[in-house]
Formats: sequence, C-alpha cells, structure tokens
Amino acid sequence: MSLLHWAVLSPFLVAILIPFLYKYMKRIHTGWFVLLLPFALFIYFLTFLPVTSSGETILEVLPWVPSLGINFSVYLDGLSLLFVLLITGIGALVVLYSIYYLAKGKERLHNFYVYLLMFMGAMLGVVLSDNLIVVYVFWEVTSIASSLLISYWYSREKSIYGAQKSMYITVFGGLSMLGGFSLLYVITGTFSIRELVANADLIITSGLFLPAMILVLLGAFTKSAQFPFHIWLPDAMEAPTPVSAYLHSATMVKAGIYLVARLTGVFGGTPEWFWIITIAGLTTLLWGSVSAVRQKDLKGILAFSTVSQLGLIMSLLGVGSAAFYFQDGDNALYKTAILAAVFHLINHATFKGSLFMAVGIIDHETGTRDIRKLGGLMTIMPVTATISLVGLASMAGLPPFNGFLSKELFFTGMLNVLDYGIFHLETFGLIIPIVAWVASVFTFLYCLIMFFRTFTGKFDISKLKVKHVHEAPVGMLISPVVLGLLVIIIGLFPGILAYSIIAPAISAILPGILAAGEQFDVHIYHWHGFQPELWMTIGVIILGVLLFLTFRKWENSAFYRGERDLFNYGYDYGYDGLIKGSQWLTRIQMTGRLRDYFIYMCAFIILLMGYTMYRYNLPDIGSLDLSPIPPFMWLIFIVFISSVVVIPFLQNRVAVIVVTGVTGFIVALFFVIFRAPDLALTQLLVETVTVILFMLVFYHLPKLQKEKTAIGIKLVKLLIAGGFGLMMTIISLSAFSLGQEANFPSIAEFFIENSKEEAGGYNVVNVILVDFRGLDTMLEALVVAIATLSVISLIKLRFKGREDV
Amino acid sequence: MEVLMAIMIGIIFMVSIYLMMSRNLLRVAVATLLLSHGVHLLLLTMPGLQRGDAPILSFAADAYTDPLPHALILTAIVISFAVTSLLLVMAYRTYKVHKTDDLEDLRGSADE
Repeated sequence: MSLLHWAVLSPFLVAILIPFLYKYMKRIHTGWFVLLLPFALFIYFLTFLPVTSSGETILEVLPWVPSLGINFSVYLDGLSLLFVLLITGIGALVVLYSIYYLAKGKERLHNFYVYLLMFMGAMLGVVLSDNLIVVYVFWEVTSIASSLLISYWYSREKSIYGAQKSMYITVFGGLSMLGGFSLLYVITGTFSIRELVANADLIITSGLFLPAMILVLLGAFTKSAQFPFHIWLPDAMEAPTPVSAYLHSATMVKAGIYLVARLTGVFGGTPEWFWIITIAGLTTLLWGSVSAVRQKDLKGILAFSTVSQLGLIMSLLGVGSAAFYFQDGDNALYKTAILAAVFHLINHATFKGSLFMAVGIIDHETGTRDIRKLGGLMTIMPVTATISLVGLASMAGLPPFNGFLSKELFFTGMLNVLDYGIFHLETFGLIIPIVAWVASVFTFLYCLIMFFRTFTGKFDISKLKVKHVHEAPVGMLISPVVLGLLVIIIGLFPGILAYSIIAPAISAILPGILAAGEQFDVHIYHWHGFQPELWMTIGVIILGVLLFLTFRKWENSAFYRGERDLFNYGYDYGYDGLIKGSQWLTRIQMTGRLRDYFIYMCAFIILLMGYTMYRYNLPDIGSLDLSPIPPFMWLIFIVFISSVVVIPFLQNRVAVIVVTGVTGFIVALFFVIFRAPDLALTQLLVETVTVILFMLVFYHLPKLQKEKTAIGIKLVKLLIAGGFGLMMTIISLSAFSLGQEANFPSIAEFFIENSKEEAGGYNVVNVILVDFRGLDTMLEALVVAIATLSVISLIKLRFKGREDV
Repeated sequence: MEVLMAIMIGIIFMVSIYLMMSRNLLRVAVATLLLSHGVHLLLLTMPGLQRGDAPILSFAADAYTDPLPHALILTAIVISFAVTSLLLVMAYRTYKVHKTDDLEDLRGSADE
C-alpha cells in the first residue's frame, strides 16, 4: 500500500474516531477535528501539481482480487488531480462552514461528520481508481452517503422522500453502470481504464458497443442529474446546506461528469457518444434553466441551476469528444469544448459553492428561503449580499468574473460545431448553439430574480419567523468569502490555472491525441474582439433584462405559479405502482397453503430436471448389467406397490396407519433380501416404534374427512405427483447407469479392506458408523436429541397466561 | 431388478408427493414417512443390487455389497424417525391449539 492508498482510505479511518471524539470531547465542536483531514489532504495533493503538469502520471497497484482482474490501483493524472483538489479543497471549506451552521449540542454531529467523511473517502476513491469495479464500489458508497446526508433531519417527511428518491435513482444508475462495466470486461477482458482506452478500437467495433455505452451512460446521467433523471436533485435540497454545497453542487453530482470525461478516450469519436451526450446535456441545460426561473425557494433555484450547469458541462464533453474523430492534434476547433468543460467545472464549483453558502446564511439568519418573503437584505447583510452578487454575476456570465470566461468558451465550443461537417451536423448543427443561447438567457434571468428579489426591495420582518436579522458570524463568512475571492481571482488571472491544472486535465480526457511530450495550448482571455460569442453574450444580457423588467406581466401565468417538475409525477406514480405491484405479486403467490408451496417447488424441480434430461441423453437400459429377478420378488413387489398406492384412497385412520406400517415392514424385508442385515434390524425397530407413535397421536386427532377438492386442482396434483415420480425413476436409473459407465473405483473397497486392520471390526457398516465416520454419528445423535427435546417441550410446554413447564 | 426397483421408487415418490399436497396433517405425516422409504430404497439401488454377500467380513465371501449406502441409510432411518415423530407431535399440538387438522383452515391471514 502506497501513501496514495492511505490518502483514499484516510477519511474512512478518521470516521471511525468521530463517535469517540463526539462523546469524549463535548466542549469542542467535532467539526474542528474533521477539518484537519481535508485540509491536510488538500496540501498533500497540491504537492502532485508539478508531477501532473509536467505530463507525468502515477500508478500504484494494490492487488485485491487479481484472479478476476480486480485491483485497487490508484491512478493519478491531470483529471484525477483536478477532482481531488476540488473534493479536498471545497471539502475543507464546507467543513469549516458547517461548524458554524450546525450548532454544537443541538445537532447529531457525530452522524453528520461520519457520513460526510464516508462520502469524502468514497469520492476520492471514485476519481483515483483505475479499476472499474473499484470505481463502482466507491460510486455506490457515495450514493449511500448522499442519501444518509439528505435524510440527516430524518424526522422531516420531505427529507425521507428526497433521500429515498435520490437513492432509488442513483442506485438504479449505479447498477446499470455495473452492467456496462461487465460488458466492457466481456469485450476486452480487463477492468483497467487505461487498458480500456488502449483497446478503444476493439470496443467501438464490437457488437456490444452500444449496450455497454448506454448502460455506462445511465450511471453517469443519473448521478449527474441529467434530464430526465434530474428530479432527485431538487428534492435532495432537504439536506443541510453544507451538504448541498458540497455533494449536490461541487463534487458528487460531478462524478457523472468525471466518468464521461474519463471514458471519452474509450467511446469518444463515435456519432452515438457525440449525439447522446450532447442532446442529454443540452436538454438538461435548457430544462434546468427554465425550471429554475419558476422556483420560489432559493435552494430550489440553485438546485435547478446546478442541474442546468451540469447539463452545460455534459454537452461540452459531448461536443468535444469529436476530437477523437479528427485525431487532429492540438486543434482549437475541437479542443475548445473540452477546455470549456474543464474550466467551467472549476468555476461552477467556486461560484455555486459560494452561492449555496450564502443561501445557507440567509436561511440561518432569517429562517426562510422563500423569495416571496425575503427582500431588502442588502443593507442588513452586506457581506452576504456581496458574495451573492459576485457568485450570481459569475453564473450569469458577466465580466470580469470567471463565469464570463467559461461562458464565452462555451459559446465558442458550441459554435465550432457548425464547422465540423460530420455526424449530420451540417443539417442539425445549428440547433446546438441556439439551444445553448436560449438556455443562457434563462440562466441570466434567474440570476437576476435571485439577486433582486432577495437583496433589494422592501424588507418586511413581519413575514419572517425571527425577530432580528443580522449579518452572519465571521466564521460562517470565511468559506463563502474564500470562494468568492477565487471567483474574482480566476476571473482576472485565468492563466494561473491554465498550465497547472487545465492542460493536464485536457490531456487526461483526450489521451493519445497529442504526441508524447507535447502539451495542449491553453489561452483564456477576456477580450476576443467583436466575435459572435460577444454578440451572443450581449444578446443574453439584453433579453434577460427585458424579461426581468416585464416580470409583473408573467408573474401570474400558470408557467410561473406552478413549480413542481412534471417528471416528478412519473417518479411518484412509478414508485406507488412498484409497491402495489409487488404487494399484488406477493399476495397471489404467498397463499399460506402448504399445497401451493409444494406445487411451486415440485414444478420447478421437475422443469429443471426435465430440461437437464432433455439436454443429455437418457441412460440406455438395454446395455446395463442388471441383476436377475427371482420369482418370489414379484409377489413382494405387487404387495408393496398395492399397499403404497392404496394409502391415498383410505378414509379410515387405523387403516392408513396399518397400511403405512406394512410398507415399512416390507422395506425391512427388502433390506433382508438385498443383504443389508443392519438396515433390516434398524428398520424393523424404528417401524414398530413409529406405528406405536402414530397410534398414540391418532387417538388425539379427529377422524379423517373426505377431501373435497376441485377437479382442476386434483389434476394438477396428479400431474405434479406423477411427474415427480417419473423423474425419480429416471434419476435412480441414471445414477445406477452412471456408476456402471463411469467405472470409478468404489470407496467401498477401502472400507472393506481396512475395517479389520484399522478398526478391528468385522461388520463393515458398523465400523463405518462408529469409527470411520464416528463424528457424523455423534452429530446424528445430537439431531435425535434435539428432536426429542422438541417433542417433550411440545407436549409439556403450555402458555396459558403465565408459563408453567 | 434395478429397473423394477426404479419404477417402484417412482411410485413411492408419486404417492408421497400426492399425499403431501393433501389438506390433512396426518396424511402429510404419512407422506414424509413414505418419502423417506423412497429415498432409502433409492440409495440402496444406486450401486446395484445383489452384487455380493452382506458386508460382514467373517463370511469371507468373494464379494460384498457396497457398505457405504448401508451406512448412509442407517443414519437416514434414524433421522427420519426423529423428524416423523416431531411432525406427529406438532400435528397433535396444532390440533390441540387450533382445534383443526385441516391445513386449509390453518392458513395465516393475507396481510400480515
């Protein structure tokens, strides 16, 4: 195990300590201990910056199940490092923020931090593993941690609803993804992502290419809340705000983005990959931004805005995957989209993180997040207002903030599509930049709504539950201020990220495009001249402002008044249907009748055996070495068979017991004939006792009644019984013939030869029972003892109000 | 002989499975008893019948029948006796508590 492995596992290890720290260090907020870890990890991973920016990668393999190709291999390259820094960096800020957000003594902090650390470790595992199975395991752990955190305030009904919803949707996606991974393994014989990339040609030409790709994408789309799976994200906002800022905007929902980026090298360059991701991304972008406008809850706006921004990054990755089609080296035409995706990923984490924290502050201080109740907070909460202004301006795409830069790059990437000339883009290509532009108008609009409805207008304390509203404590402001400063710094000096983080990440997303030693050319600047992108931004601003100014006109429209996403109905009906359907299915098969259960079991066994017998040849009875039938045997057979067959027809209890006894004694006779004296003796003894027992019990039981059963059921019973009997006949013949055909040396020889020398006994059967397999016999005696105890307690034990044994 | 035994085993199983699906507890108990007979005879038939003398070395025979199935069956007889008696007593107790031995009437409620 290398240090990197320990780094991935460290959050889990620290999580174990949390309950103790919470219990024995009550005076100090548990968050302070937790804070050390992401901070230390962030510093540790920063030391890898020179490694990845020089184009190097690190691979540390720890064998886990090598025979199945499953290894815990940690692979660190530009893309992993970008995510790791986001996870640990934002993680540290979020933990710091949570210390002030979650009050000591009131909240169950131990639960919160254990879940949070579990998530952090799992997320590190997802982005650092090279093995798909390991990725999958960590992936599901993030889903579980996310659900637990959403339901942190588990007494609220909405929290439970949101947690369940996110769990169902993301776990459904996770399982599909596992199917996709398995298909990839079937095609290539490896789970290693690097080897998959190397075998990309094999995958693309395989017949399983499309199913594998779709299954994997289901995982990515559900996790990254892509349309129409986005419905879980708004309901996930029931989680405490630090969680929303961390999991549901900055890191976990980007796991899907990570997966798509990581596998671009495998699937990229194909029209299916291009179109599915681009269309899913653009639809999500548009749907999310339009839905965000309808929300009245600040976190609701941010949730849909996150959905929309994830769609934006996703569509960029789709468009950028065409670079594999051209294999054109460092060509800005195809690279810009990937560049924009990586850059926007960073920017989104900064501005959305700060916005969530700002909303958390507003919620914390005013007790509400409803924009209809809020207003005029600018003078009361100046710092929060400034943070929000910076964050929102960046999200809306205004200069000089980082959002403007990535928005411009986004437009460039989308416009470049028009020059591709592949995948029918000459016909449909124009739709892509148009959708991107329309969605940006709505993005601008909800940013305006969010800022002006919260911070300007009339402040009305009577609408709020609290008595006084004031600015948040300093500690709570540190994290959003840091993120806000990052928004400005990256906006003004994008060059500091260009070659340290962005270029290595692009080379990791587009492996093999550049020759060894080369590096992608990353230039990000504010002024492009009067290019179409600039006109698009200006158009967005003008139209967005116009829509905002006419807000009063469409305020009362049905569009704005409803805010529930239409797709929720699909989920709710589907969920109810699933529950009702399973109850119905259980009711019709779990009848509580012994007969029905027997029919299921026997029918299944008969079908299974029947199929096996159909597949393999039946034994050839003619060629078997059979022993002769002495004449007297016929008589015994006839008596035996007739006494067995007559039992079901008997209506008299004594007759049933007597005939059953007769069959038992004939079995003893068989043992005598077939040279098994010990068996015959035992059988005689046991049969006698059994008959006595039957007689004893029957004395207490009622008379047998003629069973009235429908003719149909009777037929089914006959069919099942007949089929089973036939099957047993064939089984006994096959067993016998197999023994003869295979001609294995019998174990019996060993016992016959050794029973005298080893055990000093002449009766081989006895020697086997008491010597060779003595332990078995002892345990058998134990079984009989247990049965005896049960019998005694069944007869003696009575519960009549109080126990009297 | 082996073929005849195989057919007989089939008939035993047929009857016992048929009885097993009956509504009466006593019949079910008889069915388990018959089922164990069937299994014992099946084990006995598997290695072939009448292949030698009883596996007692003092007979000094040329060939002995396979002692291993005998040991298995001996164990099985005892165990099946234990199971049958348990089942019988359970039938008795069930009747005492519920005043019926009809499995149809002993069904649990649909929504537990």
